[in-house]
Amino acid sequence: MPPVFGVLFDGLAYGMLLFLLSVGLSVTLGMMNFVNLAHCSFAMLGGYVTVTLMNALGWPFLATLPVAFVAAAAASMVLERVFFRRFYRASDLEQCLLTIGVVFVSIAAAAYIYGTDQQPLQLPAYLRGSFVFAGLNFAAYRLFLIAVALCITIALIAGIEATRFGAQVRAAVNNQRMARGLGINVDVLFAITFALGSGLAGLGGALAVAMVGLDPSFAFTYLIYVLIVVSVGGLGSIAGSFAAAMVLGLSDIAGKYYVPAIGSVLIYLVMIVLLMWRPLGLFGRR
Amino acid sequence: MQKLHCGLAGLAAALAIAGGPALAQDTIKIGIINPYSGQFADTGIQLDNGIKLYVKQHGDTVAGKKLEFIRKDVGGVAPDLAKRLAQELIVRDHADIYAGFALTPNALAVADISAEAKKFMVVMNAATSIITTKSPYIARTSTTTPQLNQTIGTWAAKHGVKTAYTMVSDYGPGIDAEAAFHTGFKEAGGEIVGSVRFPVANPDFSAFVQRAKDANPDAIYIWIPGGAQPAAVGKALAERGIDPTKIKVLGQDALAFESARKSMGEIALGIITVSNYDSNIDTPLNHEFVKAYNEEFHRNPDIYSIGGYDGTRLIYEALQKTNGNADGEALIAAAKGMSWQSPRGPITIDPETRDIIQTVHIFQVEKVGDQLLNVEIDRVENVKDPVKERMKH
Amino acid sequence: MIPKSGIRFSEEIMRQQSPMTDQALAAPRDYLQAQIRWQWGEIVFWLATLLPFVLTPSYLVLASQIAITALFALSLDLILGFCGIVSLGHAAYFGVGAYTAGLLSKWGFGEPLSGLVLAALAAGIFGYLSSFIIARFRHLALIMLTLGLALLLQEIANSASWLTGGSDGLQGIHTWPIFGRFRFDLYGYTAYTYSLALLFVVFLVARRLIHSPFGLALRGIRENTTRMPAIGAAIRGHIRTIYTIAAAIAGIAGALLAQTTETVSLEVLGFQRSADVLVMLILGGTGRLYGGLIGAAVYMIARDQFSGLNPQFWYFWIGLILIAVVMLLPGGILGGLSRLASRAKDKP
Repeated sequence: MPPVFGVLFDGLAYGMLLFLLSVGLSVTLGMMNFVNLAHCSFAMLGGYVTVTLMNALGWPFLATLPVAFVAAAAASMVLERVFFRRFYRASDLEQCLLTIGVVFVSIAAAAYIYGTDQQPLQLPAYLRGSFVFAGLNFAAYRLFLIAVALCITIALIAGIEATRFGAQVRAAVNNQRMARGLGINVDVLFAITFALGSGLAGLGGALAVAMVGLDPSFAFTYLIYVLIVVSVGGLGSIAGSFAAAMVLGLSDIAGKYYVPAIGSVLIYLVMIVLLMWRPLGLFGRR
Repeated sequence: MQKLHCGLAGLAAALAIAGGPALAQDTIKIGIINPYSGQFADTGIQLDNGIKLYVKQHGDTVAGKKLEFIRKDVGGVAPDLAKRLAQELIVRDHADIYAGFALTPNALAVADISAEAKKFMVVMNAATSIITTKSPYIARTSTTTPQLNQTIGTWAAKHGVKTAYTMVSDYGPGIDAEAAFHTGFKEAGGEIVGSVRFPVANPDFSAFVQRAKDANPDAIYIWIPGGAQPAAVGKALAERGIDPTKIKVLGQDALAFESARKSMGEIALGIITVSNYDSNIDTPLNHEFVKAYNEEFHRNPDIYSIGGYDGTRLIYEALQKTNGNADGEALIAAAKGMSWQSPRGPITIDPETRDIIQTVHIFQVEKVGDQLLNVEIDRVENVKDPVKERMKH
Repeated sequence: MIPKSGIRFSEEIMRQQSPMTDQALAAPRDYLQAQIRWQWGEIVFWLATLLPFVLTPSYLVLASQIAITALFALSLDLILGFCGIVSLGHAAYFGVGAYTAGLLSKWGFGEPLSGLVLAALAAGIFGYLSSFIIARFRHLALIMLTLGLALLLQEIANSASWLTGGSDGLQGIHTWPIFGRFRFDLYGYTAYTYSLALLFVVFLVARRLIHSPFGLALRGIRENTTRMPAIGAAIRGHIRTIYTIAAAIAGIAGALLAQTTETVSLEVLGFQRSADVLVMLILGGTGRLYGGLIGAAVYMIARDQFSGLNPQFWYFWIGLILIAVVMLLPGGILGGLSRLASRAKDKP
């Protein structure tokens, strides 16, 4: 097999990671129009939870993942209830300012507690190393990541399409006023969705550590990539986030392999072209 | 209008000077311009720890004068802010000496002020060759990028590496490193079979590593800054099937930093790096230094710490030599030619260029007990900055 | 007496779009003339900007950088506060201005005022060209496009290191004394006088622009894009015009920074700079002309003071301040204050 397939496989894994980090923001932004720039702070929280459980308490890696999810979900629920919900009526710009303030505070807290250096993470032996197939190397961890992300995607789509809760979410995203009019408790719905989305971000953060590292600046660095995925995919759309993450992850990697000279700008060019072609996103609707 | 302007300036200057502390003559103020926050915070903090350790060990009085350290956060690459902080250190705090400087653009900006106001300036990390040429009052105690990377280029060619593929980060130091490696490697008979530059904020390296593998070189040379990238590159190398014990993987210190080794695990074995310092250097002086550093800061010192530590020593010894005179001319004259034994090895401040002359070490990652450590496999002594050497001829 | 020329000029623009009789123009003209009168708060503000010369002469360099950032924030306010265009990439024009002024100086032409003019021109051209894309989009797509364009420009500037000096920055900038006499000194007297004078002049121009029929049209676009064509206003044309003007002003701010600090590096084009100015503007209050100025002053002074007290964690306190402002002062500092003022007025 030509080596490019190995590279594309890696790009796929990277795209899946971006998907996990972004899907929550896409749905909450689409449903409630609440600009939560602190989304990646929850991802960072998930990462630090995993690192702490493994390094300080000796937990096995797989066991830390659900805890990362729950911790991020719980933290976001508290923050939403106590704090964010007062600002749903505020302007977009004020929500920006508020959540940027939260990001600053979260980065300072992470730096204070954990320091500014990289958090080391030792994966269990069965997730290290790579398989050789058709003459190419496939990293075990990336396979794992793809598998986890696919399972979650299927669960999300099944949940959205086949459950009552999912139907309510879809209704609220499509037309919030109408949904309220029909008696759907949109506030509770949003609180749950927000928690789920942040939980997924936390899980994404935990999975990201072994691939791209973790330090306090994570909350800001990945925010840009997440915003790109969310805007290209379309607000409120799981399929959109998935498609956007795939397109961006694959084109980024393929670009760097074939034309490294423009490698750094390809992701921005792709975003600009896609947004100009589809301003509402690939699967967005307004 | 100009007279009024000058009058106002003079009045304010007089007020500013008169308003200064009465003890100005017995205190020497050292302004540390360093990134304490932002993405280079870790570098800044390790550098600052080096300074703090030296001060703890030797007290804060030199030649009868008390030293006061004023710390200013530059937040990252911000030459306009660095310049303003340097101006304010003179105008508000009446600082006598500048120290710190983790990043080149900031050092270059402050060099202007150092030259204009004739202040002694010690660069403790920034590694671009031209920095010391920007002010006659600058001395450097860290290293220069060419000093390290040209050396490993030459070393590799002399140790069985005939072809190399280079990959560097696409910004100043990376580009300098690429040029230096190419020069050293080619001059010693090697052939560069390909080169690529990665974007600065690159999270995923598999595409680049695959390109390197396609070229089938004897060695792959990688230059990336510290942080998350070294581990990511290491993993990409393993994932794409490159074994550092078969194809040599060469790089500068960051590639085999402690945090990178911990994250990479066994796949780091065999990586060869060039550096001016590692906490594993096997001399009694270094073991003492590492022990003291561990006790104080609960982590190991690195290249940034040693730059801060030796830079502070330079300030102390220069002040000792001038008998407490903090004048820029006096201090730089005292600093020129100064030589001492540092935990990294013997170092000298070159009297001509005011840059550092030191031993360049070649390390390899090996398993020692149950840890992965950088073990010294070779060294080159008394290395000067090759770029400035070339500029002379 | 208010010179009628400014209002006449913008009336011409409106007249070209749709014929109106002089009588129909009378009521809007009176409204605008009332708006453009100087209020005592504004006079106090501008007098206060002279205080640093006397009260805190050791802070003049900081003051000059605040003035420059305030000018940059003002340029963002023109498109964001008055026209509703949220830009996460406004630093692109700031950077173009900075590099233009820096390169001119490096190539031997360090005259500051003409450098400003050329920088404004260069940034204006970039703004004009990008406005063709910008004017066609709204909401999230617009925000991400502005971000994408700026990041693209920064990468290009990094690659073109033969021109821009790459990440090490432009070297060899030397600004000539202003009018041949006023050197840029260590204390920052010339720098602050220069920056403040420029801020004031450009502010006057912006103020005149905003309190004109053109300015009203912009606010109409911000409020209700669907309605505007119905009354004969050309949306895209107006957006392109204000975007070009805002880009030119951002370019002037960038050039001022390059000239007063004699440094230019890639981060003048960076996301951090765009994000910071956006935060400062929202903090001060958008759509009020003074919001950007106040926001810039508050943010930069707070940052300076906190970072002096706590170099490692100053941004924690800044985060708290941002949260506090959103909680206590809706509409930013000026918005919140005006709400308090009107509430105080209502109390018997």
